Amino acid sequence: MIDNFDMSLVDWSRAQFALTAIYHWIFVPLTLGLSFILAIMESIYVKTGNEEWKRITRFWMTLFGINFAIGVATGIILEFEFGTNWSNYSWFVGDIFGAPLAVEGILAFFLESTFVAVMFFGWNKVSKKFHLTSTWLVAVGANLSALWILVANAWMQHPVGMIFNPETARNEMVNFWAVIFNQVAIDKFLHTISSGFLLASMFVVSISSWFLIRRREMYMAKRSMLIAGIFGFLSSVLVAYTGDSSARTISQVQQVKFASMEALYEGKTNAGLVAFGLLKDTDRKIGNKTVKDFLVKIEIPSLLSVLTGGDKDAYVPGLKDHIDGNVERKIMATPEKMERGKYAQGVLQIYNRARMTGDKEQIESIKGIFKDKDFQTNYFRYFGYASVQKPEEVIPNVSITFYSFHLMVMLGFIFLLIFAMALYFLFRDEIADKRWFLWIVLFSLPLPYIASELGWILTEVGRQPWIIQDLMHVSGAVSQIKTGSVITTFILFSVLFTGLLISEISIMLKQIKTGPRH
Amino acid sequence: MNRILLFLNRFIRLYYDGFRDMPNWGRKIWIIIIIKLFIMFAILKIFFFHDFLKSKYDNDKQRSEYVRDQLINSHATHD
Repeated sequence: MIDNFDMSLVDWSRAQFALTAIYHWIFVPLTLGLSFILAIMESIYVKTGNEEWKRITRFWMTLFGINFAIGVATGIILEFEFGTNWSNYSWFVGDIFGAPLAVEGILAFFLESTFVAVMFFGWNKVSKKFHLTSTWLVAVGANLSALWILVANAWMQHPVGMIFNPETARNEMVNFWAVIFNQVAIDKFLHTISSGFLLASMFVVSISSWFLIRRREMYMAKRSMLIAGIFGFLSSVLVAYTGDSSARTISQVQQVKFASMEALYEGKTNAGLVAFGLLKDTDRKIGNKTVKDFLVKIEIPSLLSVLTGGDKDAYVPGLKDHIDGNVERKIMATPEKMERGKYAQGVLQIYNRARMTGDKEQIESIKGIFKDKDFQTNYFRYFGYASVQKPEEVIPNVSITFYSFHLMVMLGFIFLLIFAMALYFLFRDEIADKRWFLWIVLFSLPLPYIASELGWILTEVGRQPWIIQDLMHVSGAVSQIKTGSVITTFILFSVLFTGLLISEISIMLKQIKTGPRH
Repeated sequence: MNRILLFLNRFIRLYYDGFRDMPNWGRKIWIIIIIKLFIMFAILKIFFFHDFLKSKYDNDKQRSEYVRDQLINSHATHD
């Protein structure tokens, strides 16, 4: 029973998960992108036979190895938390999470661990071609293993391909392909890996800038910057394309998140896209939530309508449409969804009573209801709304959602500009003399990490109050454990991960200063 | 058979030589990995991260009943 629920438990559990996920994600994108950059560099070495390329590849491989080793298994802590802190959720998602994570584990183990060893230990011990194949397989394996966890996360944003079984209280996968080819999963996978490519490219370009500033290893730095510049530029374009596709999908399947991303309270046609904006509080409220307005904004007229609906007359619903409903636009009001969620919850309650009394006929009848398409589409899909007490609860934190989205997009365009300028200066052979540019690039190194984390903050905060969109409220997902134990592990994780991060940075800096070996 | 043995021998040698000739930074990394895994599995997992449902209930039937009860009675008090 969670009638008198301790919200600090929910908040601490969320904070703990956010902390571990954010730290884990510091290590992952560099692995995703740098593995491909290594594969490209080594391919050039094998193709040309130029030993300098081998030296370049081995230098970046050292940095890859440090990041890979420090980051490996940090994601397992998230799985610990599922079982301990989020047990209701873990049970409720059933095999939807289990199957993709099992595939990820097998792939990660066999592909990465086997071929990573060949990649590091195999120089001069296996043939050039076999070594190169191993490097490519590490890159493909790392990115494929990311696919499965992203599929699982995509299901949380847009649950499809399952039926809830009242007997086990679990969701059971009935359509594997619907889960895999969920539009959110496709967008998420492509956007996430391309942002990893971008981050790794910025990493290589930034460190190469340091060598150029110090006028050391000029050949290596210029060649590395060329490869990373091209790879990063192409990745930036892909990030922009997949980001646009992701936003369109969100506008269809997570409309409240989408309205929050744009701080759009009143729905409208000819809706403009906010390119830049600062929010302020107003006197107006939706329930007990303060409505935000723009202190300043730069808007591109009609673009939001065009991007989401195909033309400027397309209506983009605002947050008020979702709370109060809009009959003309066929948008259901939140109180109506709450009623439907309570109805679905009531059916489950009847099932529970039937089990207690041993009424087999009733049990079978209700099992049939849960399999019924109409019930699934019109009632069970709003199951989480049964946990909502006030309609305005379904609005996420608009400021965090808005700023994380806009900052991420702004940074994306800055990276595109940096790669374009780096390539321009390289092709004109002026890069070593553009010290102002090299310093900017060097100090830009944290920016792709910030952008990448902002993307996840947008994804997760924007989905609140749901842990599974519309199906499960975050408060119903946590385990009934003591808040104190969550605070203790929060502190332990902070210490552990900070220690790991400091170790990574210090070992990496030492290797960078040492430079490539002869 | 000989070819398999030869392959296995080369495979083991790859790891053996790799670890033996590992540079200093590699050794440091391995120490960090071992400490990290020890903290994660021997301390955090054992003392702090019991599987809540497995430790509280004996079988899946009981776990299902518990979660179903939670789903039926869940309503948040968050603002």
